[in-house]
Amino acid sequence: MNTRAPAVEARQLIKTYPGDVTALNGMDITVEPGTVFGLLGPNGAGKSTTVKILTTLARPDSGTATVAGHDVLRHPDRVRRAIGVVAQGSGADPVATGRENLRLQGRLFGLKGAPLARRVDELLERFTLAEAAGRQVKGYSGGMRRRLDVALGLVHRPEVLFLDEPTTGLDPEARTAMWEEIGRLAGDEGLTILLTTHYLEEADRLAERIAIVDRGRVVVEGTPDGLKGELRGDAVHLELRAPLGEAGRTLLEGALGALAGVHEVLIDRARVSVRADDGAAAMPRLLGELERAGVSVATATVARPSLDDVYLRYAGRRYAEADPRSGARDDSLVLAGGAR
Amino acid sequence: MSTAVTQTWYMTQRQLMVFARQPAYAIITLVQPVIWLFLFGSLFRKVVELGGFGTGSYLDYLVPGVVVMSALSSNMWAGMGTLEEIQRGTLDRFLTTPVSRAALMNGNVVNNGLVTAAQSVIIVLLGLLGGADYPGGIGGIAVLVVASVLLGTVFGALSNALGMMVRERESIIGINTFLLLPLTFLSSAFMAPSQMPSWMRHVADFNPLNWAMVAGRSAMSEQPDWGVVLGRGGALLALAVAAVWLSIRTFRSYQRSV
Repeated sequence: MNTRAPAVEARQLIKTYPGDVTALNGMDITVEPGTVFGLLGPNGAGKSTTVKILTTLARPDSGTATVAGHDVLRHPDRVRRAIGVVAQGSGADPVATGRENLRLQGRLFGLKGAPLARRVDELLERFTLAEAAGRQVKGYSGGMRRRLDVALGLVHRPEVLFLDEPTTGLDPEARTAMWEEIGRLAGDEGLTILLTTHYLEEADRLAERIAIVDRGRVVVEGTPDGLKGELRGDAVHLELRAPLGEAGRTLLEGALGALAGVHEVLIDRARVSVRADDGAAAMPRLLGELERAGVSVATATVARPSLDDVYLRYAGRRYAEADPRSGARDDSLVLAGGAR
Repeated sequence: MSTAVTQTWYMTQRQLMVFARQPAYAIITLVQPVIWLFLFGSLFRKVVELGGFGTGSYLDYLVPGVVVMSALSSNMWAGMGTLEEIQRGTLDRFLTTPVSRAALMNGNVVNNGLVTAAQSVIIVLLGLLGGADYPGGIGGIAVLVVASVLLGTVFGALSNALGMMVRERESIIGINTFLLLPLTFLSSAFMAPSQMPSWMRHVADFNPLNWAMVAGRSAMSEQPDWGVVLGRGGALLALAVAAVWLSIRTFRSYQRSV
């Protein structure tokens, strides 16, 4: 294919599920060949639906998409030959061995004989599964399964690899190992990777370009550094002892925003987020203003800009709060994931 | 075309392996009919005295009944396997490869057919061990096995389609529980047609399980009525083709809903 054409291009994808649930609301993505592109957003933002459409699994209500130069609606078969898919759920057959899973996957793409056997061995070696190759997958650890899933997606040397939340559910050690693996994949000649994640740190670390997705569309796109660079100064977060009412909120936003060196003020119930040229210098003034307003503060932090702040700015909510399904454990991971 | 056939074979192999590597499951599938055979055989031993069974030994009459009932009961759970594959993400993984959709479904069909055939042959052999007599010989037995495979295909394919559409275990369990015994007892599986109330006989004429029953039993008798065998067998074949076609079509509705 023409190397200058985008590896993935989605235009105005709309998808509604029964019960009037809008999953995608005008999704636009362009991924340059040979790059790692991250779709970042909370659960339910539309990341998985986008991947399902791009991998020919689901059909959009409207909009167009091409992958590796082929139209996903008109030539799904050509798209399928060009892509590798690592979905959220482990699709490996638990009763079959790792080697058998890989061999079947290769056969479905028309590989056979010695070349297939060589490719399977190569992948088992590369993903450190050679020792476990003859064991049934049901005995694999979470990390081993995930590595096998990635290997399954690569058997036929795809042009574009889709990784849908590749590290969700992995323990920190397995996650780090997976990141290293994905980092190596990104170096593979010509391989384009579209990665979805709800971990800020993951997107920051792996993707060259990031699109932040919220409520079925891209709210902002750019490089991780570029996005963070757009934010002027430090992020100051204050946690109030009690949530503010509508009137108090407006009043306080005005008062804090009038302070010197303070740029953006956002108050969401008991959370006050402020952008300041110099966070440390602004802190006493902010606290003083709050005290004057009779609002007591529980915690106060100053941080360098993180993707969490990027998310907050463009989606208007803090990242962890936007994630309806994330439990307490996930929240802490997501927050800890902010590069601060 | 040949690709689709090869792919069907890959898919069949995969399923057979699952069956072979889960010995408990394999044994239950093969042993449960034995329980029916000896339970019903002992319980209803004396009903032949009512007449109309065409034999003096109830076991002779019962063997084809248990073969057909087992074909139905083991195949109607096929949708559970499909459901598991959906939940695990295996079906989606295959659907994003160039594998033919027909091969995906036909792998199931061929696998279920092979298992049903093996199960049927085992029941026939166990009957032989218990002293059953098969005047129709090998040919008759072959017809019975083919008829039960076709019946199994009908219900296996419908069960798969149901699994893909509703995606709930409860629905499959509910429908199977609801259907198995009525379909079995609204047929001549355990009772001679002449002993059935006339309304039941008429209802049985529309029961695919009874088609398999009638075709198999006629072919296994001393004087098979080949017209009946071909008529019922042909109807079963047509139904099986329709059911498989429907289940392949279901992929589209599945893809609309994911």
